[in-house]
Amino acid sequence: MTSALGPSTERLQRLLALVPYVMSRRVVGLAETAAAFGMRQRDLVDDLNLLWCVELRAPDPYCPIDLSYEGGEIMVSKAESIGRPLRLGVDEAAALLVALRMLAEVPGTGDRSALSRLIAKLEDAAGEAASVSAQVAVQLVDHNEQGVSDQIRSALADGRRLHLCYYVPGRDEATDRDVDPMRLLVVDGRQYLEGWCYRAEGMRLFRLDRILHLAVLDVAASPPKAAAPVDLDQGLFRPSAEDIFVTLELSVAGRWVAEYYPCESVTELPDGRLRVVLRTPDTGWVRRLALRLGEDGRVVEPESLAESARAAARAALAQYT
Amino acid sequence: MSRRKTERLLGLVVCLLSTRRYLTAEQIRHVVPGYPEDGDVFKRMFERDKDDLRDLGVPLETGYNHPFDDEAGYRISQQAYELPELRLEADEAAVLGLAARVWRRAELAGAAAGALLKLRAAGVDDPALADPGGPEPGVEPRLGATEPAFGPLWEAVRDRRPVRFAYRAAGRSAAADRALEPWGVVNRKGRWYVAGWDRDRADTRVFRLSRIAGQVKFCGPAGSVTVPPGADVRELVSAWDSQPARENSAVLRVRSGAGVGLRRGAVSVEPAEDGWDQVTALYADVGTFADYAASFGPDVIVLEPPDLREAVITRLKGVLA
Repeated sequence: MTSALGPSTERLQRLLALVPYVMSRRVVGLAETAAAFGMRQRDLVDDLNLLWCVELRAPDPYCPIDLSYEGGEIMVSKAESIGRPLRLGVDEAAALLVALRMLAEVPGTGDRSALSRLIAKLEDAAGEAASVSAQVAVQLVDHNEQGVSDQIRSALADGRRLHLCYYVPGRDEATDRDVDPMRLLVVDGRQYLEGWCYRAEGMRLFRLDRILHLAVLDVAASPPKAAAPVDLDQGLFRPSAEDIFVTLELSVAGRWVAEYYPCESVTELPDGRLRVVLRTPDTGWVRRLALRLGEDGRVVEPESLAESARAAARAALAQYT
Repeated sequence: MSRRKTERLLGLVVCLLSTRRYLTAEQIRHVVPGYPEDGDVFKRMFERDKDDLRDLGVPLETGYNHPFDDEAGYRISQQAYELPELRLEADEAAVLGLAARVWRRAELAGAAAGALLKLRAAGVDDPALADPGGPEPGVEPRLGATEPAFGPLWEAVRDRRPVRFAYRAAGRSAAADRALEPWGVVNRKGRWYVAGWDRDRADTRVFRLSRIAGQVKFCGPAGSVTVPPGADVRELVSAWDSQPARENSAVLRVRSGAGVGLRRGAVSVEPAEDGWDQVTALYADVGTFADYAASFGPDVIVLEPPDLREAVITRLKGVLA
């Protein structure tokens, strides 16, 4: 992670894993190995040929590695000193250990005993490389979501439909809906239920801390075939073509908005002021944001939204006189 | 070119692993094919090769076979190189698959993938290969680290190096230079922080990564930071981030059916005149609660206390300014 490896070093890293991968399985298929290494079979064969070609002169030339892949089955018959994988590096040990310790904090992920046994084994195997991982910590939210997450997990396990009363802060309303649960996500410290929502007729994410009530229904979940979970590696929220772009100008005291909400663009203005552009399918929450910010934030565009925030402020002020 | 380099590096690893004696650069040149004739070109190439191996985490040792030798030699200890024997039960391997997917588009995602590959090379069969759904279908924890400061700060923590960076504290218009001995990085409720010893303030400090402006620069050699025994970075960050107690009481008029979020945390909700409820709620800070109350616009009127009422009126007037 620190200094990006060059292509030949990266390939060496793969080769040093490939030899023990095959040896620990004695015989293994080309296709299976290519899948495990996330590479094309053609490139795997190229790697195997490279390994086979390595030659040392000490003092007479010899080949330290001998292998075959006849009939699509790889076998390594001689690998001298590289038969075992290289030790875990500090970054590698930390990446796994920090993730595992975080999993230990997520209510109900896997079984606890497997988790703590695995942590102990990895700490053992990583040796000194494990110690730095203690300096990275992850603390999840605790919104007393345990009860709700237990119910969701049991509904997932039994394939049952859920009924939720869900708070939508942008519109300040509580909505009732039936949802076929698909996954329970824990992303960047927040828990989400992902499922097919019958009210929206689409896949939706629900933050657990905004679920007001939840009931497991005596109905089997049957999400439409087309219902596909979001690809988490692309981020949770996907822009849509119908999104509205909102431009805000923020004072120094309003800069937190740029930290709190994902922005399309952030431009520094004089005196520490900021201009940000947000995109959203629903401007209700931006109007509430504008009311909250007062003079620390001004809606520049769209004008209709700026006017609706001013109208709400006028109506509210009228009640104080 | 790249293929020949990989072959040469692989030969170098095998050669140095197979020897118990330290081999000088010249001896290595005779055993490992692919090094040039020219002495200076060879020297430079050999230096780069050593750096590449170290970047990969190969424990290259330097030493002398005999106290009177005038040139240092190299070898790799098999024991230091090898991942120790590691046997995982099926349930442990299942958790491993889940942990390796935790880092999303993040600095440590590559490291997690590298670690998983080494463990597979050691013979671990994680079910993620056969079944991407993982062990407990539906539970998917993810952790991102998109702040540009994460990479260098993790390196600094790992290598115990002091850093300098410009930091824009909340509500400040200009960033100020800070010098920090970083003790650890912590993700709390989805946000990343670094905690450590602030050299200028001569005290412990916590910084939010998203408020670091520009580049993080190292300002001292590796190993020059000492983390005091008993220093608890989690504790430092949670103390910094902890919410003040809600000790003040507010009386509000809330329109029937509105202010759902406010009602959730209320002490009491009683019907008032037509179309309104009287809500009593607790709060910690006038400013923060005034922001919140103002965000409901004409659906919420603050009755008590007067300073809160004034603060809300100021917000609303600010919208019209």
